[in-house]
Amino acid sequence: MENSEAGSLSNMESFGKIRTLLINRFGESVIVAEAQDGLQPALFITPEQLTEVCRFLRDHEATYFDFLSCISAVDDGIVAGTFTVVYHLASIPYKQQLTLKVRIANDRHPDHLPALPSVSSVWRTADWHEREAFDLMGIFFENHPDLRRILLPDDWEGYPLRKDYQEAETYHGIAIK
Amino acid sequence: MAENTIETSAEKPYQEALRAYEARLAAIGSEEMVINMGPQHPSTHGVLRLQLITDGEIVKEVIPHLGYLHRCFEKHAESMNYGKTIPFTDRMDYLASMNNSHAFVMGVERMLGIDGQIPKRIEYIRVLVCELNRIASHLIAIGTYGIDIGAFTPFMWCFRDREHIMNMLEWASGSRMLYNYIWVGGLFYDLPVGFEERCAEFITYFKPKLIELDELLTTNQIFISRTANIGILPSDVAINYGCSGPMLRASGIKWDLRRVDGYSVYPEIEFEIPVGKGEAGTTGDCWDRYKVRVDEIRESVKIIEQCLERLSGPLKRTPEFDPRALVPKKVNLKPQDYYVRAENPKGELGFYFVTQEKTDIPKRVKARGPSFNNLSVLPELAKGVLIADLIAILGSIDIVLGEVDR
Repeated sequence: MENSEAGSLSNMESFGKIRTLLINRFGESVIVAEAQDGLQPALFITPEQLTEVCRFLRDHEATYFDFLSCISAVDDGIVAGTFTVVYHLASIPYKQQLTLKVRIANDRHPDHLPALPSVSSVWRTADWHEREAFDLMGIFFENHPDLRRILLPDDWEGYPLRKDYQEAETYHGIAIK
Repeated sequence: MAENTIETSAEKPYQEALRAYEARLAAIGSEEMVINMGPQHPSTHGVLRLQLITDGEIVKEVIPHLGYLHRCFEKHAESMNYGKTIPFTDRMDYLASMNNSHAFVMGVERMLGIDGQIPKRIEYIRVLVCELNRIASHLIAIGTYGIDIGAFTPFMWCFRDREHIMNMLEWASGSRMLYNYIWVGGLFYDLPVGFEERCAEFITYFKPKLIELDELLTTNQIFISRTANIGILPSDVAINYGCSGPMLRASGIKWDLRRVDGYSVYPEIEFEIPVGKGEAGTTGDCWDRYKVRVDEIRESVKIIEQCLERLSGPLKRTPEFDPRALVPKKVNLKPQDYYVRAENPKGELGFYFVTQEKTDIPKRVKARGPSFNNLSVLPELAKGVLIADLIAILGSIDIVLGEVDR
C-alpha cells in the first residue's frame, strides 16, 4: 500500500521511462510535445501513430496499460481552433497511470469533423467513449465499428459541448427554448 | 421510405454507422425477431432500452440505446463554478450521492493544493457517510437483483434497512437522497449531536440482519440455479471493456482504488477487498458479482465501526470546530488539467477537469461513470444467452441510468 505522494513520485519516474520506450520504438517524431508542469504529466502523440502507440503501451511488459479509464474530448476554444482528445490509461499490474493527448486543428465546418484513428481495437472501453466524443464534441474516429450518436437522438443537429454550439429553436417542430 | 433514407445519407456526412445499423435491422432473417425491452420496464433498472435480436429463446445480439436520462451534466458543469456543480454530481449516481461529491471535491482540492490540510475529523466524517451510502447502494443492488430473479422478500428487507441509512443521512444533511453535504474544503455542517451513537446503534442492529439476508439469498438453491455459471465475465474481457468495482473484482482482480490510490483516510483503516472465487460456479459469473457486493457491505460495516471509534474518541467534536473553515470563497485555479478517480459503489468514478485562467468556472469537466463502462460489456456478455438469463446478467451489472446518461 502506497500513499498518494509516493505514487505520484513513481509516476514521474515511470513517465520518463515510458517516454524513452516510445522514442526507442517509434522515433523522436511520435511525441509532439510534453506537459510536465501539471499534477499529471502528459504526452502529446501524433494522430497517425496513435493506435500503434496505444497497442504498444498495452502489450509491452514494462508498461501493461491494460485499462483505459477515460477518453475526454476538449474544445480548446474558438481562437485556438483545435480540439484535444485526452486518454487516461491505467496499468493494473503496475498500478500506474498515464495521460496521452492528441491535438488536432479544425475549421469547425460541420462537414469536416476533426478525425482521429479509433483505439477501440485496443481497448473495447473506447467504443462507447468515442461514440460519446462523437456525439457531444463532434470528433470523428476512423475505423470505429459503430460510430452512432450514443446519448442524443440520432437526428440531433450539432455537437453541444463545442464552444460555438447554438441551441436549435425547435426539435421535430416543437419549440424547445 | 427507402428512397428517402438514401437521400438523407447523401445530404449528411458521418451517417454511415447509422445507415449500417438501420440496414442490420432491416435485414433480419425470417428465423430472427427484434424484441424491444425497455425503456419503461422495471428489469432494466431505469430508462435503458435494449433491442434484442433473438432466435427463438436465444439472444443473438443486444443493441443498447442510452440517453433517456441525459441531463447535460458536462454542459452544466461548464457554466457554473465548482461549488455549484456539487449538487449536479449528486444526481449522477443518485443511489450513492455522497461518493460522487467526494470524488468531485477531492479533485478540486487536489488542484487547489489543500488536499493535505483537510482536518482529520472532516476526512473521517466523509469516509463514514460515503461508506453508509455504499451500504445503501449495495442494498438496492442486492434487493432489486432478488426481484429480477423472482425473490420478493430480500427486496423488502433491503429497503427496510436502507431506510435507516437514508434517515441518518437526512439527519446529517437535510436531504434524503441528494445531499450536497461534502463541500470543497470541508462539509456543509458537522454531524448532528448524537449521530455517532445512533450510527453505532444502527450497526448493532444491522449486523444480524446482514446474516439473515445472507442466509435467505446467498445459499438459496433457486437463486444459485439462476445465477451460477450465468454471464461469466473473464478477467481479461472485464479489463478490456473498462469494467471496474464489484464487476471487476468478481472476475478475480483485486483492484480497489481505496487501496490502490489510498485516498482520504483509507490507508489508516483496515478492511479486506473481497474478490470473486467462483464458489457457486465459475469465477466472474452473476453469483460472484452478487457475493462480492454482500461481502463489501460487511467490509463497509468494519470501516464504519473504525470511523465511529475515532470520531467519538480522539477526533471528538469540539464547540469551536468549524467544518467550513477551509471552504474557499472563490476557487481560484491556475490553468491546468487533472483526472481524479475514486472508488464508487459501482466502480471507478472519474472526473477530468480542465481549468481556465481568471475565472472559477471550468473549461471542461468530463465525468467517467462506472455504470457507463460496466454496461458497455452487456452486448458481449449477452451473446447466445436465454432471454431470462439476460435479465439476470443485467441485474448483476447493477447500473444506475442517472450515471450512464449523466
